[in-house]
Amino acid sequence: MSNCLSGNEAVAYAIKQINPDVMGAFPITPSTEIPEYVANYVANGEVNTEYVTVESEHSSMSVCIAAQAAGARSVSATSSCGLALMYELLYVAASCRLPITLACVNRALSGPININADHSDSMGARDTGWIQIYAENNQEAYDNFLMAMPIGETPSVRLPVMTCMDGFITSHAVENMELLETDAVRKFIGEYNPENYLLKRENPLAVGPYDVSAYYMEHKVLEAEAMKAAKARILEVAAEFEKISGRSYGLFEEYMMEDAELALVLIGSSAGTAKAAIDKLRAENVKAGLVKIRVFRPFPGEELARALAGTRAVAVMDKSEGFSANGGPLFAETRSALYDLKVRPYLIDIVYGLGGRDVKTEDIEKVFGRLADIAVTGETQPVYTHMGQRSKEEIA
Amino acid sequence: MSTVYNLKREVEKPARLTGGHRLCAGCGAGVIVSGVLRALNKEDRAVVVNATSCLEVSTFMYPYTAYMDSYIHSAFENSAATCSGVEAAYNALKRRGKVEETVKFITFAGDGGTYDIGFQSLSGAMERGHDMVYVCYDNEAYMNTGIQRSSSTPRFARTTTTPIGSVGQGKKQNKKDLVEILVAHNIPYVAQTAPIGNFKDLHTKSYKAIYTEGPCFLNVLSPCPRGWDYPMAKLSEITKLAMDTCVWPLYEVEEGVWHLSYTPKKKLPVEDFLRPQGRFKHMFQKGNEWMIEDAQAYVNQKWERLLEHTGA
Repeated sequence: MSNCLSGNEAVAYAIKQINPDVMGAFPITPSTEIPEYVANYVANGEVNTEYVTVESEHSSMSVCIAAQAAGARSVSATSSCGLALMYELLYVAASCRLPITLACVNRALSGPININADHSDSMGARDTGWIQIYAENNQEAYDNFLMAMPIGETPSVRLPVMTCMDGFITSHAVENMELLETDAVRKFIGEYNPENYLLKRENPLAVGPYDVSAYYMEHKVLEAEAMKAAKARILEVAAEFEKISGRSYGLFEEYMMEDAELALVLIGSSAGTAKAAIDKLRAENVKAGLVKIRVFRPFPGEELARALAGTRAVAVMDKSEGFSANGGPLFAETRSALYDLKVRPYLIDIVYGLGGRDVKTEDIEKVFGRLADIAVTGETQPVYTHMGQRSKEEIA
Repeated sequence: MSTVYNLKREVEKPARLTGGHRLCAGCGAGVIVSGVLRALNKEDRAVVVNATSCLEVSTFMYPYTAYMDSYIHSAFENSAATCSGVEAAYNALKRRGKVEETVKFITFAGDGGTYDIGFQSLSGAMERGHDMVYVCYDNEAYMNTGIQRSSSTPRFARTTTTPIGSVGQGKKQNKKDLVEILVAHNIPYVAQTAPIGNFKDLHTKSYKAIYTEGPCFLNVLSPCPRGWDYPMAKLSEITKLAMDTCVWPLYEVEEGVWHLSYTPKKKLPVEDFLRPQGRFKHMFQKGNEWMIEDAQAYVNQKWERLLEHTGA
């Protein structure tokens, strides 16, 4: 069925269709609408989810951890500082191997305080052991949320899943999209039947031990193996999802990459802008292409290297500043992935769009212009730059 | 529960906290946890929630758990929210026919995890009204990290962050009155107790807390031989002195109504409680008499205020 929904409403509608056991709810811009919509579903008896209105995101994630450990399917939504406040518990959720689903509506981190989109919040959580799947638009936000549970809950994975979309750009913009029938969703998601859980009558369970050095490393290796196993499961679930939706998903999306000589690698809603710019450049016979990363954790390093192997120059566009003084987080991953290629493309990093700074098709065209020069001259310096900020003279 | 408390009958129940855990000899925490869990009806299951603490690292060191019931530890500051989550799951699964039997939810946290870092989480859970019991085992400092002051540490106590020196004279501030703050949450049952005598007070209050619907809070005195610096055999003696000096009065607040649970036959001077403990040793040095006077005045003031509440 075709509908016109905002990204937040699309995720809330997915939650309604799933009817999870427990939701931890706390407001923060721009994800607030998700718990608001679900509150209305609860108030109208459309779901019978236990809706826990906590006093902080820290407690929201704590509730989800405990509920999931107790045998209940648990969800939450947050943004920015809310995700930062959960930070400690994100690790706990992953290490306890609890497949919680969290909608992260990406927003810049304080400070200074800013409510608009960038990826600094979820990028800060990239090493917590959560699977991270990013959406370009409302349709993908909805689809990714539906795929999260079959990915996270599978025994070989058993990891929490964060589905991310850009604050306001995706969360608040209303788009035409396709929704699945609720019956099809429920059949696709299935029942949550964990092997062990706190409320299981036959077998009491203890969760969250003090883990001494004689065991901790083994547990962490198991967690790392689960993250590796997630890659195959993500593709398996995508294939199953395609059968019911007709929509195809991979670890990333390649746009005009078959013969691309110049390519961008980026995440999220900017992909739409990049595709429009590429269409224009293609009409001008520029062999431009795009790799839109969908799955950032586990990172599809080998696959990405293959996708970029035939290009001559690549710009990674980071929508967060990692303050490594060596480029953003997506750049670090991409450069590392390309290292094993015998012949590597030239590679630069452009940090853009911080705190909601707009990126236009002209900006993308400029990036391709620079890549075209690099492809000819081989001159990549400076490798790591920022785009879209005003100069001192412009501000004065 | 039989109306007459009988310790012998109670201890014949299968232990829910088994021996072999790693708590120190003379520690109040293990005695308290056993005592609280004994108040569960035999047929009822429980999920025990624990904040990071001495208790946690001593009773659930992988791969051994000392608990016969299900147990969850997540972090230091979130045990009340964690208990909320388990209770929420129970409500959801019960509604959906996936869990049928009665399960009770009991949280244990130290004073650091309750008065300080876990305070927000506790307040939130109490306000939301989850059907749970929160037990603070109050040993008046961060003992697990090596005796640092908390907002529960009493005035003048020596800790590793309130040391005695040429200028420093122990903790400067009085202990936070957490029980009054919990009473202000208008929850059905709040009580202060201690593992004393035949454990009747602890047992009775635990039973009420567990079987009163809604959020209930117990503040339990938990002497710590390492932090308080007393010989470990003196656990019950120190506890008794805390009662009889009125440093740690036993009382309960049921639906907003205060009851005094214990009145000492003879109210002992506060120095009787202070003297056996190394953490107060400096108070007995020449020239520091004013400290004992101040401590006595504070105990008297709190006791009078309690008597006003209870109408005793």
